[in-house]
Amino acid sequence: MKNILFFATLIALLAFTPYTPEGGVEIGELAPAFNLKNIDGNMYSFENIKDANGETPKGYIIVFTCNTCPYAKANETRLIQLQETYGPKGYPVVAIQPNDPTLKPGDSFEAMKANAEEKDFNFLYLIDEEQSVFPQYGATKTPEVFLLDENRILRYHGAIDDSVRDEEGVETKFVEKAIEAIENGQEPSPTTTKSIGCGIKKAR
Amino acid sequence: MNLNKLWVLVPIYCFSVIFSGFQPEKELLTEKKSWPKASRYLEGVPIYEKFSDLESLFQFENDTTYVINFWATWCKPCIEELPYFESLHKKYQDEKIRVVLVSLDFPRHLESKLLPFLDKHQFASTVLVLLDGSYNDWIDKISTKWSGAIPATLIYKKGERKFFEESFPNYDVLEASLP
Repeated sequence: MKNILFFATLIALLAFTPYTPEGGVEIGELAPAFNLKNIDGNMYSFENIKDANGETPKGYIIVFTCNTCPYAKANETRLIQLQETYGPKGYPVVAIQPNDPTLKPGDSFEAMKANAEEKDFNFLYLIDEEQSVFPQYGATKTPEVFLLDENRILRYHGAIDDSVRDEEGVETKFVEKAIEAIENGQEPSPTTTKSIGCGIKKAR
Repeated sequence: MNLNKLWVLVPIYCFSVIFSGFQPEKELLTEKKSWPKASRYLEGVPIYEKFSDLESLFQFENDTTYVINFWATWCKPCIEELPYFESLHKKYQDEKIRVVLVSLDFPRHLESKLLPFLDKHQFASTVLVLLDGSYNDWIDKISTKWSGAIPATLIYKKGERKFFEESFPNYDVLEASLP
């Protein structure tokens, strides 16, 4: 009986605790492992993700993104370009869709496949079906980039560039700059940036 | 209703509309020196191109509580909680509480989406638009706790600041968040 009460209280507490974005992986820390389904039906983890040449990557451009958020949509072409440029250089784009499709039907697995086909996605587009990966990373919104090095250490976290809303206004390409810094054995600067995005949809 | 009654009612109605229209002005007087000047107006909606133009809104030192919500027409959870902010405004409009709804809609959606939305809902709260897309330069100035996800709400009174990067599940939770 005591046990039941304890768990009931715990569940009640958890249910009413607002979701806080704090926590997650910090710069310099090891990024959490995952094993998620790609739109081609195959499962992908750090064990089998390769770069565009089929080699073990020198880094990973992990990006939480989705079909439905206007900010995410505004960055789809930029993700394709990143994969085109940096996939062959050892830095594949790994997109992860974190929204709960029951709350956002436009982000269902089928809709992800359709969107990827329509836009000719050249990168992995994985679904965080259990919604267990994005909280471990500390992702709060789409789009949101986590740039890892070959040892899966987080080196940069934030926006792709300084004009998330429209590509024409881009002055600084944060992710590209960070990759160049890693390639030159330097610390990326800045290591974190912020941008407006759509809060990740999770049932309360 | 006979016509005589109507002639009495119409002026009363006009007066009440005029006076209710003046109420926010009284509030504005205390902020008058530093109320942020809009870059332009679109059908009466103030548009701020640069964050620096709007910045004073987050720094007032008068004894008003500011409830500032960041939203956009395409953001479903934002739209769902807007009625709570409207209720808050209506309940406290005679007190020193000012509700400001800051739209982060894209520039190209102002006329096609935002204006029709505002037209439909006729918000009584203050609505304004912030267009500054250099998000990394100003998000921390609202709150260092803000990752940039919307909906997001800042509630402050002088130095006391509370930040919420989440939607409010109902009106009571929002009201309970007032200082």
